[in-house]
Amino acid sequence: MSPLISLLIIALIAMIGVYVSWRAGRLDRLHTRVETARASLDAALVRRSSVVLELAASGLLDPAASLLLADCAHNARSADSGRELAESDLTRTLRTVLSQPGFAASIEGRDGADELIGELEATTQQVFLARKFYNDAVAVTVAARRRWLARVLRLAGGAPMPEFFEIDDIVVPGGMGERGTDMPHLAG
Amino acid sequence: MRVGIVCPYSWDVPGGVQEHTRDLAEALMDLGHQVSVLAPADDDEGLPDYVVPAGRAVAVPYNGSVARMAFGPLSANRVRRWIKEGNFDLLHVHEPAAPSLSLLACWVADGPIVATVHGATNRSRALHVAEAVLRSALEKISGWIAVSEAARTTMVSHLGGDAVLIPNGVTVRRYEKAEPLPGWPGEGGALGFVGRMDEPRKGLPVLLRAFEKVAAERPGLRLLAAGPGDEAEVLARVRPQVRDRVVLLGQVSEAVKVRAYHSVDVFCAPNTGGESFGIVLAEAMAAGAPIVASDLDAFRRVLRGGRAGELFENGNSDDLAAAIGRLLDDPERRASLSAAASAAVRDYDWPKIARDVVKVYQAVLPAPQGT
Repeated sequence: MSPLISLLIIALIAMIGVYVSWRAGRLDRLHTRVETARASLDAALVRRSSVVLELAASGLLDPAASLLLADCAHNARSADSGRELAESDLTRTLRTVLSQPGFAASIEGRDGADELIGELEATTQQVFLARKFYNDAVAVTVAARRRWLARVLRLAGGAPMPEFFEIDDIVVPGGMGERGTDMPHLAG
Repeated sequence: MRVGIVCPYSWDVPGGVQEHTRDLAEALMDLGHQVSVLAPADDDEGLPDYVVPAGRAVAVPYNGSVARMAFGPLSANRVRRWIKEGNFDLLHVHEPAAPSLSLLACWVADGPIVATVHGATNRSRALHVAEAVLRSALEKISGWIAVSEAARTTMVSHLGGDAVLIPNGVTVRRYEKAEPLPGWPGEGGALGFVGRMDEPRKGLPVLLRAFEKVAAERPGLRLLAAGPGDEAEVLARVRPQVRDRVVLLGQVSEAVKVRAYHSVDVFCAPNTGGESFGIVLAEAMAAGAPIVASDLDAFRRVLRGGRAGELFENGNSDDLAAAIGRLLDDPERRASLSAAASAAVRDYDWPKIARDVVKVYQAVLPAPQGT
């Protein structure tokens, strides 16, 4: 074998090695991104249920609505396997309570109402964004792991396949409003 | 007395609390009181004239399932207006810990309030979380009634305080007289059962074993069962030789149920547990059916320790079969049990129950001034 050919083979192997390790590194980064996104999603959900509990205990609402919200928020916080269902239930109850006729008028000008509704809006938006970005990260990671090289060489190692987090998080119906944004806005 | 009754659940949906408020309201009116019932309703048409509709209830997730509740500013306003216009001496709210109309009524009302707890479910978690909000509303209640020991335990452990036990009533005159279903009870005799067929605690499996045994010796004997459940599944559990003698009616209207009680020679209540009162048993008694029932504490009490109905050892199908056999052979004993049941059930007749409720009302009303 001529030295030139050997040199070429060695170079090729080195290039493959570099490529594979780059792919593995990319997968690793993607997993880290998924984990970070998941942590902020969890934090956002916990913050949301805290604000809902605060609203339930605030005395701004009637006791029936308060009890319904407290029940759902509590379930969402303590749910383990049924987390997505419990969070969706919380969203739906929140939506139902906020959309009762006369709701806005009933809390208008009350002590602390603006702050609480503002906080609620902020946390709903956080949940909305965090879930979008988390699912985005999951989608990219899952696609990368499905490529044959990643599967054949098990580039992801023992990392579990990330799963989408599917909940109903639309607290106010309507999507893209006149503001040209699909961020949920509770007030005005 | 002017009494305002609040029912938390939709008037046009069948349910125990709705039936209870209807019967109570009518019994109170028979006693000469003025009654108005506030309840959610989908359709204002066809409501009795004593019912004031409070708008539609909304489906929301609560306590592990989806329930229909009335809440929010609009409902609260309706309750407020109803209380103002009704000018009641007293409010009687039902199931006030449910997040619906009754709780709203406690929240907005000022006058004396009596509350009745029906359910025995465990909803301590939600109650705990919203405790402060609930407490201020429920503290206004000055007299508590529980319809069963189980309901009282729930109430005492979750809300504190104590409750008077006043059982569910049965409107005896609705059950007293009815034509048997066509062809029943028939020459060979008939046994009866009413209740959920797929709920083991209602005891149908125990009865089916006993029926197989008795039916083997009595070629004409039939079993008539009414209640929701998968009929094919029930029949599959019956021995093929006697399967065609088991007649399942499925879920039936109130009118057919009353006729079913009158269509049998022996009515069986084989419940194995969890029965706080046994409304079915009271209905069968009101219809004057000779009864064989399991010896649960509650049944023993209702049946006067066995004088108003035979008792058999809970869960023991041989014992049940023996009791059924004895009664089928003894028409005189059946007649005397029937008469004793009709007499004993008078204690649970709504007019009598309503009088007890009125005593609770009087106890919470402010004492008259002077004299």
